[in-house]
Amino acid sequence: MPRYTVAVLVRNQFGVLNRVTSMFRRRQFNIDNLTVSETESPDYSRITVQFAGERVTKQQLVDQLYKLPDVCSIRELDSENSVSCELLLIKLKNEPASRGDIMAAADAFEAKTIDYTRESIVFQVTAGSRRIDDFIDLMRDYEILEICRTGVVSLERGASTIRKVTNL
Amino acid sequence: MRLTGADIVVRTLIEQGCEVAFGYPGGQIINVYDSLYKYQDELRHVLTAHEQGAVHAADGYARASGRPGVVIATSGPGATNLVTGIATAFLDSVPMVAITGNVPNAQIGTDSFQEIDITGITLPITKHNYFVGAVEDLADTIREAFRLAVSGRPGPVLVDIPKDVQIAQCDYEPQPPVKPDEAFPAKDVRIQAAAECINAAHRPFIYFGGGLAASGAQEELLTLAEKIDAPIGCSLMGISAIPTDHPRFLGMQGMHGHYACSTAMHRSDCIIALGARFSDRVTGDRTRFARGAKIVHIDVDGSELSKNVAAAHGLRGDVKLTLGRLLELTAPAEHPEWMKTVEGFRGEEARCRDTRPGLTPRSALLALNRRLTPVTPVATDVGQHQMWAAQTLAFSRPRRFLSSGGLGTMGFGMGAAIGAQMATGEHAVLVTGDGSFGMNLNELATAVTYKVPLAILLLNNGVLGMVRQWQTLFFDRHYSNTILERKTDFVRLAEAFGAAGERVAALEELDAALGRAFQYQGPYLIDCTISEDEFVLPMLPPGGSMDDIIVKVGG
Repeated sequence: MPRYTVAVLVRNQFGVLNRVTSMFRRRQFNIDNLTVSETESPDYSRITVQFAGERVTKQQLVDQLYKLPDVCSIRELDSENSVSCELLLIKLKNEPASRGDIMAAADAFEAKTIDYTRESIVFQVTAGSRRIDDFIDLMRDYEILEICRTGVVSLERGASTIRKVTNL
Repeated sequence: MRLTGADIVVRTLIEQGCEVAFGYPGGQIINVYDSLYKYQDELRHVLTAHEQGAVHAADGYARASGRPGVVIATSGPGATNLVTGIATAFLDSVPMVAITGNVPNAQIGTDSFQEIDITGITLPITKHNYFVGAVEDLADTIREAFRLAVSGRPGPVLVDIPKDVQIAQCDYEPQPPVKPDEAFPAKDVRIQAAAECINAAHRPFIYFGGGLAASGAQEELLTLAEKIDAPIGCSLMGISAIPTDHPRFLGMQGMHGHYACSTAMHRSDCIIALGARFSDRVTGDRTRFARGAKIVHIDVDGSELSKNVAAAHGLRGDVKLTLGRLLELTAPAEHPEWMKTVEGFRGEEARCRDTRPGLTPRSALLALNRRLTPVTPVATDVGQHQMWAAQTLAFSRPRRFLSSGGLGTMGFGMGAAIGAQMATGEHAVLVTGDGSFGMNLNELATAVTYKVPLAILLLNNGVLGMVRQWQTLFFDRHYSNTILERKTDFVRLAEAFGAAGERVAALEELDAALGRAFQYQGPYLIDCTISEDEFVLPMLPPGGSMDDIIVKVGG
C-alpha cells in the first residue's frame, strides 16, 4: 500500500489535536505516526500525519480533515516536493563482545552517542523514516533496551508554504 | 453596554434571529434562565418534559423552517440527554445550536456535581463545539456557532458555558445576524465533464436527498429533468422537497422504496445524485448497486463524493449553483424508450400495490392523506409506520415531511412535531407506532401546555413491527422481545395528560376521528389498531441488492 504524508495547519486552539485524532479514530483511519508542533505563528499549530492506504482512503482522510473548522490548510507531501526527517533515540545494551560492531554501524548511520554507561549506550539519529527503520533493523542483531522516535516532520522544498493554500 | 454572560447569551440569540428556544432549566444554567425571564417578550422559551424532547423539538423546528433550532440545557444529565437528539440532527444535516451550562471554571475537571465533559462527548456528533472559558468570547462564539450551523452542509453546533462565565460581565454590542459562508458552484472543468457524461446517457436518472431542499435547488432539478428527459427519485430525506404528484417523480428509493423508483435507478446508465450520500439503506449491497450506471454526484460536502459509491464525476459545490451551470451545458434530449421502460416499472408497482379493503396501514395513511393541506407538517417516528408514511403520503411543499433518516431515532416524532408546529403555525401531524410513541410520550404534556394543535395517528399493532418483520423473514419467527404485551390504554393516557383521544378499529371510524382531530386545538391521539402481521413492502433484504427485492410475502 502506498504511504502518504499530509501536513495540516490548524488553529492553535485547546483540544485541536483531540478533534483531529478523534476523527481518525471514528472513521478508522490507520495512522502510522503523527506529530504536532508550534509554528512560525502563535495562531497556528502544525500536524504532520503519515499513513498507508489506498488513494481513495487518502482522499477521504483529506476531505474529512477539511470539514473540521479548526483546519486551515492541508498539503500533501511526497519525497519529490518536500524534505522530511524524524529523530530516533535508541538505547542498547553495552557489552564488550558487540560494542565494536554497534559503534561501526552507528558511525555508518551518523548516529550521535548521547549517553554512554557501563551497561548501556544511547544513540540519536536524525534521518528519513526509511533510514531510521534500517538502523533499527540493524540494531536488532544486538540487545535493544528501549526505542523512542518522534514521527516525521516535513516541509515543502522551495519558497512555497502551507499557509499560502487557503481552506476552501 | 455592560451585561452578564447570561444576558449576553440571550441577547445574542435574539440578535441572531432566534424567536423560540426549547429547553429545560437546571443549576448550572439557572443564570441564563433568569435572563430568559427578563427577555421573555423577545424570546419565547418552550419548556419540555425532558431534554430529549427539547432537542427533537429544536430539530423539528429547524427541519420545518430551514432556520437553526435552538435548545438549552443544564450541565451533566441535562447535557447528556441532548446527545441522541444532537446525533439525530447531525446524521440528517439539520442546523442547530445547542447551549449547555457547566460547572464553574474552577471546578472543571474535578468531577463535581453534575459536571460532564459534553464537548468531549459530542465531538463526533457535532460540526463543531465550543467550551467558552471567558465571558469576553461568549457573544462571538455563539455567532460563530450560528454561522457554522447554517454554512455549507448544515449541522448541529454545541456551546458549553461554565456558570462563572454566565455570571461575569463584559461589554456587549449587538450585531446583525451572521450570514452563511458564501456558496460556490463546483469547478467549471468538472461540470463540463459531468455534462458530457449526462449528454451521452441513454437512461439518465436523477436522485436527490436532503441536500436539495437545503440548497433550494428544486426548480433547477425539475428544469434539468425536463431538459434531459429523466425520471426522478429521492432518498427518505428528500421526501416533500418536490411535489409528490410531479409526473416525473417516482418517489422514494432504497430498502423500502417505491418499486419503480428503485428499479429505474438500478437500471439507469447515468445517475445524477444531488445532495444525497448513498447510504447503505439506499444502495443495499454496494458492489451490486446500479452496476451499469456512471454516477455524477453533486454535494456541498466533498467528503461524500466517492465515500460510499465511486463517482465517475464528483462535483463539490452548492447544488443549486452547480445545477445552474450544469443546465447551461447539458443538451436537450429525449429518451422515449427509457421513459417507456420506466412507465412499465410504474405499471408493475401499481399491480403490486396493496388494495385490500378495510383498515390497513395503507388505507389508514390514505385517509390521513386526504386531510393534509399543502402546509401541514408531518413528523414520523421510526419503524414500519415511518416507511408506510414515506411510501403513501403526498406532499406539495418542501420541509413538510420530518423523519429521522440517518440515525433512525425512535422517539423523535413527538418533539419534532411540536417543533414543526411552532415553526409553521400550522396544525401538525405525528404518525407514530406504539413502540416509538412509548419512548417519548411524556412530551404530550408539552403539547397540552402549549396547546399545540397536533393530530397523532398511532398505528398500534402491539409489537415492534420492523424488528418483528425481520424476525419473521430472517430469524425463523423467533419473536425475541418484539411482542409488547403491554396494557397501556393510550386514550386514557392522552386524557390523563390533558389531551383528547379515541380508539378506532375500522376505516370509517378512523376517517371520522381524523376529522375531529383536525378540528381540535390541541393534541388529539387516535389509537388505530392494525394487524401485527403487516409487512413493509417492497423490501430489499439487508445486504441484498435490487435483484433480491421482495415485493410479496407468503401467498
